[in-house]
Amino acid sequence: MAYRKPGISMFQFIFRRVALTLPTFVALMFVTFVAVRLVPGDPIEARTGERGIAPERLAQLRHDLGLDQPVWKQFLDYADGLIHGDFGVSIVTKTPVLNEFLTLFPATMELAVCALLFAVVFGIPAGVLAAVKRGSAFDHGLMMVALTGYSMPIFWWGLLLIMFMSEYLGLTPVSGRMDLINYYFEPVTGFMLIDSLLSDQEGAFGAAVAHLILPSIVLGTIPLAVIARMTRSSMLEVLGEDYVRTARAKGLSPLRVVGLHALRNALIPVVTVIGLQTGTLLAGAVLTETIFAWPGVGKWLIESISRRDYPALQGGIMLISGIVILVNLLVDLAYVAINPRIRHGG
Amino acid sequence: MADDQVIDPSGGAALIESVPAELSSFRAFWNAFRENRGAVLGLVVVVFIALLGVFAPLVAPHSPIEQFRAHVQQPPVWAGGGWEFPFGTDAVGRDVLSRLIYGARISLGIGLSVMVVSVTVGIVLGLASAFLRGLVETVVMRIMDVITAIPSLVLAILVVAVLGPSLTNTIVAVTVVYLPRYVRIVRAAALSELSKEYVVAARVAGVGRLRLMFVTVLPNCLAPLIVQAALGISDAILEAAALGFLGLGAQPPTPEWGAMLADSREFIRAAPWIVTLPGLAILVTVVAINLMGDGLRDALDPKLRRS
Repeated sequence: MAYRKPGISMFQFIFRRVALTLPTFVALMFVTFVAVRLVPGDPIEARTGERGIAPERLAQLRHDLGLDQPVWKQFLDYADGLIHGDFGVSIVTKTPVLNEFLTLFPATMELAVCALLFAVVFGIPAGVLAAVKRGSAFDHGLMMVALTGYSMPIFWWGLLLIMFMSEYLGLTPVSGRMDLINYYFEPVTGFMLIDSLLSDQEGAFGAAVAHLILPSIVLGTIPLAVIARMTRSSMLEVLGEDYVRTARAKGLSPLRVVGLHALRNALIPVVTVIGLQTGTLLAGAVLTETIFAWPGVGKWLIESISRRDYPALQGGIMLISGIVILVNLLVDLAYVAINPRIRHGG
Repeated sequence: MADDQVIDPSGGAALIESVPAELSSFRAFWNAFRENRGAVLGLVVVVFIALLGVFAPLVAPHSPIEQFRAHVQQPPVWAGGGWEFPFGTDAVGRDVLSRLIYGARISLGIGLSVMVVSVTVGIVLGLASAFLRGLVETVVMRIMDVITAIPSLVLAILVVAVLGPSLTNTIVAVTVVYLPRYVRIVRAAALSELSKEYVVAARVAGVGRLRLMFVTVLPNCLAPLIVQAALGISDAILEAAALGFLGLGAQPPTPEWGAMLADSREFIRAAPWIVTLPGLAILVTVVAINLMGDGLRDALDPKLRRS
């Protein structure tokens, strides 16, 4: 969270906060480079299989991939490439890692956004209601559910939902993003919800929604619990403030007091917490995508480990972590912008 | 949560005045803890599961890895199975109940090991950053920033990919992932203690640096650390189970709960109990630890205790 020492201007604060992310990026490059270098197994071996290849061909391959260079040179090349937007070329598919990532990322983003929407739409009202009816059965019940959600092994939760909703009730599809037997259309935006609408095929949009329901619930469960708890505690705090008592004393309707006066201020920390869910969502996406065979970056990352695809692993982790760092930076800056106490250096 | 006074520490920062944390007496703590019914329930469940794990060889009806070929995928007692295998058997005829009991040993073992190692390393790095400042602090905190920037599971996967999948490496991976929070808590607590008069007094009295760090300051940083450590056990168990599920954790035939789930995926239709029970074991354990951790927080945190 962004706390500011008194005596520095907002501009200085923002500058410092942005500058602090640069060493993090450099360290991240170093960590991914070193870690991936330490992974056992040779990428060439993984590609040629057990039969092996001629020594000249092997040397040629090693040269092409830059593996014959000294390690420090490899790192500098890697860092230089990253700065110029070159995240390497996948050893397996021979396409640039950035392209692969960008092709798959919309799937992950679509899933993450829907999961977050699910969490916000249910989490905030539930938290507000629990705070208003503090101590009631609803409050206790919700907090118990939130604790359960927070403690949920989401890979099991996904299997349970598949077992019940798909296998037993037959309501939702088991896996994937689209019913590919009935519908086929070229990706335009990469977002299935939008592409299915653009395709003009009847039922395609419904199929896309149906495929999204279970994965969104699974991925959104932990953020839902976090948001509900946060909203409740933030709301409880605000409801005890003087201005809320004043608003009540003025005779404003409870709905107006809670909805207008209290909620607006209670939401400030909630918005921060929502922003900080990016990491949780992307980590959860690895599991969710694996369970539902969702073709996103999480599943791709796991697969690149088993394929010993160094550049894909390296680039993928760089890109995913870069997104998390940037979103957290934006959240911090947004927090400064919306919280007057920090903005005015109070 | 049973106690309404609970305010999330990250949200209630503005309300809370800074009061030195003190572990005055165990009795005061226990009285506060006892008031929270959920926390006591959590404690009872955790102790029960821990005892099951410790005495697994005595409690478990069968060996966790013995394959009863004549009883493959036998349903549990409530679904028409027999008492010989109360929770049924898995796809190769191993007793599910015995595997779950031995799994308690593994999961709690991972949780505790991760907690002990990361708290120890966290204390050392956190105190070092707070006392030495300068380059040490910058380097340590930048590294912690990088670790936090990589999504937890992705980092754990990276560590396991480097070291190879095994139970020990799962512990290493999860420890690395959860290290930053301990370092940060210790550093922040130590920094706020350092400006206090008793520390200045100790310094003036000529107390050596190491003694100042570990004897004078550290005990006053313990309350938030203990709370985080308790909650950290449950996070570690979840993370380790996720790795096991992805096939990057404990290897077969180890009866690790996450790995058991991974084995069961193809039997969703045929043998739902193999899917349901290990997950339920993870959930119950983690909920119990979290309930206990919430109670610990309310009891140990004097700021909240007063309200």
